[in-house]
Amino acid sequence: MSFINYSSREINCKIVYYGPGLCGKTTNLQYIYRRTNPESRGKMISLTTDTERTLFFDFLPLSLGEVRGFKTRFHLYTVPGQVFYDASRRLILRGVDGVVFSADSQLTRMDANVESLENLQVNLREQGYDSDRIPLVMQYNKRDLPHVASVAELHALLNYRNVPEFEAVATTGVGVFETLKAIIKLILIDLKKGGR
Amino acid sequence: MAQGNFILREKEYLALQASLKKLLANSYAKVVFLVDKNGSLIASAGATGDFDTTSLASLTAGNIAATGGLASLIGEKEFSILFHEGERDNMHISVVANRIILVVIFDRRSSVGLVRLRVRRTATELERILRDIDAGAGKEEEGDFEELTEADIESLLK
Repeated sequence: MSFINYSSREINCKIVYYGPGLCGKTTNLQYIYRRTNPESRGKMISLTTDTERTLFFDFLPLSLGEVRGFKTRFHLYTVPGQVFYDASRRLILRGVDGVVFSADSQLTRMDANVESLENLQVNLREQGYDSDRIPLVMQYNKRDLPHVASVAELHALLNYRNVPEFEAVATTGVGVFETLKAIIKLILIDLKKGGR
Repeated sequence: MAQGNFILREKEYLALQASLKKLLANSYAKVVFLVDKNGSLIASAGATGDFDTTSLASLTAGNIAATGGLASLIGEKEFSILFHEGERDNMHISVVANRIILVVIFDRRSSVGLVRLRVRRTATELERILRDIDAGAGKEEEGDFEELTEADIESLLK
């Protein structure tokens, strides 16, 4: 649910990075934060445990300039990936405009990817969304590690909607901005359709 | 989709701001702001330059969401008022009409009792303005984004 203010001519949209624990959601946001002009971004907030695992969410506000005379602001959130934080994940999905599903490419994490994707679908439906229509982008992260599944395998396993998909190495930034641009584009196209 | 977009027009925006300014003065607060439940700042009044309002909005919404989750775990609909007491500044957070969040930050020049009283009055006003917003939903300007072109989107993403 975008927030459009006709008085201050601003659009606010919410993007959520979803995926299994340790897949690199926070690393995506940290890279975006480091590589974005300070005038275009706000402070990055991370609510983490003592061991730096996401406890509730990370938050990064970005301003991307104007479209049709409206300033665009995107609020990027991550969810805590660990299975037992499901209640928090549900809360963070509220009002989401687009989702990036970040999958861990390592073969040993395939079950975790599937479990997380199914969890996303359930939680989206619980919030009243159509999980087959909401803007979604797939990111296959950790491509630099040994013993990773092929993109074709990941596609077959996870990308049943055939949405845009990107290979990524979030630690070095490979694919990070490509993923972000793709989800922003889908959100704006969705806004244009106005059928929400 | 779950809901349509939240569209705020000039008239209602000014009404919200006027209401917040009145609350600011009547409660002797430092700053007051309105946030939607998704964490976007809607309007504010007072010494906003002293605060990172974007982060405040996001964390406030997270706070309300988490507290709402706690409420439902013990069989409550929601906890509609939260109060955080600090050494210098305090925060009074309340949910209005089950959909927007009103935040008041105040120091020792005011008191929680006074803030609570003034917030209650302001909430009634805000509810009225929200009804006006709902009544205007789906009209006029909504067509603006239908004309959004691929080129508009591409130029934004350069």
